[in-house]
Amino acid sequence: MKSKEITVTVNGDTYTQDVPSRLLLVHWIRENLALTGTHIGCDTSNCGACTVLLDGKSVKSCTVLAVQANGKSVTTIEGMATGGEMHPLQQGFHEEHGLQCGFCTPGMIMRAAELLADNPDPSEDEIRWGISGNLCRCTGYVNIVKAIRFAAKKMREQPEAVEATA
Amino acid sequence: MELPKTSEKICGMGHSMKRKEDGRFLHGQGHYVDDVKLPGMLSMAIVRSPFAHAKIKGINTDAAMQVPGVLAVITGATLEQYNLHWMPTLMSDTQMVLPTDRVMYQSQEVAAVIATDRYAAADGVAAVEVDYELLEPVIDPFKALDPDAPVLRTDKEGQTDNHIWHWEVGDRAATDEIFSDAAVTVKEDIYLPRIHVASIETCGCVADFDPVEGKLTVHMTTQAPHAVRTVIALVAGHVGLSEEKIRVISPDIGGGFGGKVPVYPGYVIAIAASVVIGKPVKWIEDRSENLQADSFARDYHMTCELAADADGTLRALRIKTLADHGYTDAAANPSKYPAGMFSICTGSYNLDAAFAEVDAVYTNKPPGGIAYRCSFRVTEAVHAIERMMDVLAQKIGMDPAELRFKNFIQPDQFPFHSVTGWEYDSGDYPRALRKAMDLIGYEDLRREQAEKRAKGELMGIGICSFTEVVGAGPSREFDILGIKMFDSCELRIHPTGKAIARFGTKSQGQGHETTYAQIIAQELGIPALNVQVEEGDTDTAPYGLGTYASRSTPTAGAAAAKASRKIRDKAKKIAAYLLEVSEEDLEWEPGQFSVKGAPDKVSTIQDIAFAAYTNHPPGMEAGLEAVHYYDPPNLTFPFGSYICVVDIDRGTGQVNVRRFVSVDDCGNIINPMIVQGQIHGGLTQGLAPALYESLTYDESGNILNGTFMDYLLPTAVETPAWETAHTVTPCPHHPLGAKGVGESATVGAPPAIANAVVDALSPLGVTHMDIPLTPPKIWEVLNNSGVTA
Repeated sequence: MKSKEITVTVNGDTYTQDVPSRLLLVHWIRENLALTGTHIGCDTSNCGACTVLLDGKSVKSCTVLAVQANGKSVTTIEGMATGGEMHPLQQGFHEEHGLQCGFCTPGMIMRAAELLADNPDPSEDEIRWGISGNLCRCTGYVNIVKAIRFAAKKMREQPEAVEATA
Repeated sequence: MELPKTSEKICGMGHSMKRKEDGRFLHGQGHYVDDVKLPGMLSMAIVRSPFAHAKIKGINTDAAMQVPGVLAVITGATLEQYNLHWMPTLMSDTQMVLPTDRVMYQSQEVAAVIATDRYAAADGVAAVEVDYELLEPVIDPFKALDPDAPVLRTDKEGQTDNHIWHWEVGDRAATDEIFSDAAVTVKEDIYLPRIHVASIETCGCVADFDPVEGKLTVHMTTQAPHAVRTVIALVAGHVGLSEEKIRVISPDIGGGFGGKVPVYPGYVIAIAASVVIGKPVKWIEDRSENLQADSFARDYHMTCELAADADGTLRALRIKTLADHGYTDAAANPSKYPAGMFSICTGSYNLDAAFAEVDAVYTNKPPGGIAYRCSFRVTEAVHAIERMMDVLAQKIGMDPAELRFKNFIQPDQFPFHSVTGWEYDSGDYPRALRKAMDLIGYEDLRREQAEKRAKGELMGIGICSFTEVVGAGPSREFDILGIKMFDSCELRIHPTGKAIARFGTKSQGQGHETTYAQIIAQELGIPALNVQVEEGDTDTAPYGLGTYASRSTPTAGAAAAKASRKIRDKAKKIAAYLLEVSEEDLEWEPGQFSVKGAPDKVSTIQDIAFAAYTNHPPGMEAGLEAVHYYDPPNLTFPFGSYICVVDIDRGTGQVNVRRFVSVDDCGNIINPMIVQGQIHGGLTQGLAPALYESLTYDESGNILNGTFMDYLLPTAVETPAWETAHTVTPCPHHPLGAKGVGESATVGAPPAIANAVVDALSPLGVTHMDIPLTPPKIWEVLNNSGVTA
């Protein structure tokens, strides 16, 4: 079994580990690091439940090998709150009832984090297209869109309250 | 019924309280089955059949056992030693756990590999060699009844064909008589295809047998943990599992929708493996397995007829249905109801007579079906009647809203006895439809449609005015495998006036930790934030039948109210003692008793709780708790009217849902925000089968869309900005006047959308089309009609 040593920073902590070459990033995060907030919902890269930020870009971690993250920085849902204070996206999902079973939520939030970094004032259409790689079965998306708009507004009004997520 | 309004602080019924359970999900601290990690835990993966119908000539596990990390390969022969190779289904049919002779559907479980980690297990699966001899598959359910069709269930004594059962309801003779001389009759074949719940979390379990204690703990994606525990005890009692030493834990569940009600073979194999090996065994299915092997929903072929007077007055309904159950009847229905609540098919209307019959058949497909976000078979029944109402309206040239108003059961007719035996509790159908029409601007839309039609544009308006029957159910009628369908609440108040409440239901996202707390807050005046709600651990939760078919609020919600009232009765005695008055001198408002005429003489629920442990009346038991098992006197009947506007692209056949207004009535509302969220989700799971989803097989039984690449779930792009509203017609027999609402929208949306599409195409002579209404299907109609872009 081929393996490789990788060094990856995850939510600000740096890990150096020997991993099998074929190990998926999502499995490395969930099982080696015990960060189980990132979820697996499909096997064809369609659902987006596994979305994390890799050097600030949202990626589907089920379709990234752990070795591809070598030398890079990963942010997962566990890294979004700072100092006990929820990130505006987390606040928005709570205020606007943007989650029900919670399974798609971490992936949605991570995707939205890059969406808002690229486009701080997205229209409803832009949000819907922006999260079209993330499936939700519970909410019907209406409140997810509201949650992201809530966060966008909050982040525009208080940019200093949000730490860099990359 | 009027419930006193509570303050924001108490946060009882009617408040849009933000969800108490959100915190852990938002921080990635949700605890789902795949998050369970136990010392020594092994991984299980399943070998599945590529063929729909084949004899197993042999299974060679030598190569698999050589794979590093693989510890064991379990086959049907292994389980046969423990008589666990077959298990009963919820409908008292039988289902293979692992086959010893033949496979009956593509993706059926054939063997299981136990390994040290999931990658080794997957390597092991790839190395298992199975020698198959193909058999002729039975795929078409109509052909399944041909005299020369292969008999699939040769394992069942006395089974000489593929017919499972026949069920009927209503008065055939009276119905036939009305049809024979009715002024107007309409008839359509309506097929509701197989679909899949496709919750974002798939199914799985961690089976953890402790050989020293003889105790089995199973962490499982199940909507009904107690029922599962009892079933394990009954099915595996002979291998030494005893119910007091079985613990089923339903942790956080990533969506259920009915798909996590069945006991899947994977669970049983994992349990057997853990018992034999003495270590925890985790099995989590991947998405392909979930779509291709887990229970489907719907698959009803219905021939529907309506008979009416010339002026559109409905007289009778007649439906003949062929139900495709796959290779075994693994439906999740109450035992006396093989066709579920299909008899609700008379819908929101007054009819003189009705007759419905269902025949179920075996085919070489995955078994089922489950009740996908509906009360058993209510989606099928509502689709039938609501589609036929529009067919009738089109035939006699009447506006579909007008036809519905003409035939609605009127508000003063409740409780209403339907000709198929239901007693509808309460309803105001005209009010809901009128509200929907006002909100969407119905008359303006019809004017716009007339203008557009003149220009050849394809605009459609569809209505669905549904009535559901949910909340199973009264013990005189309903049971699952003999277990009655009550539900329960065990409520305990602590000395400092806070509370813990445990229930026999199991939320999969419906917000019970918030809504149940609000019910108790309403009843006792303890702030909802101070009421801890737990579900899902069979070691601690009172017995219940779980959450599906919109039953939680009607049963467990009622139990919470009743348990609270038992506590209030005791609290009143304590208050009388503390205030030194008699009970008759006390009056109650949420949170406190006060003395009549002396409003400053007050005993709060917190005072009373403390006294229950420190200063209770002599002779009274200490403590302040109650448990209630609620047996509902009837089912409940949520209803609503939905109106959908579509525009169809003349060139591509693509349907755009321009607007969708939903007016729902679920009786008294616990949390408007959560109810609205349920409607949004349900509408989206109604849009999905209406336009996108159907599990499709070829003539050999190969599934054609068994992954998310081809089985298309709506994303945020396809999903409209749903418009929601409600009316409130309380349920007269429920302690809180509430009915349940989680599934109304999945039931009501598909007919509204289908009606809109058919309406758009009606100028071309279309009277009916089956869902999903995909672009190729619509393009074909357009092309045949000579319509071009």
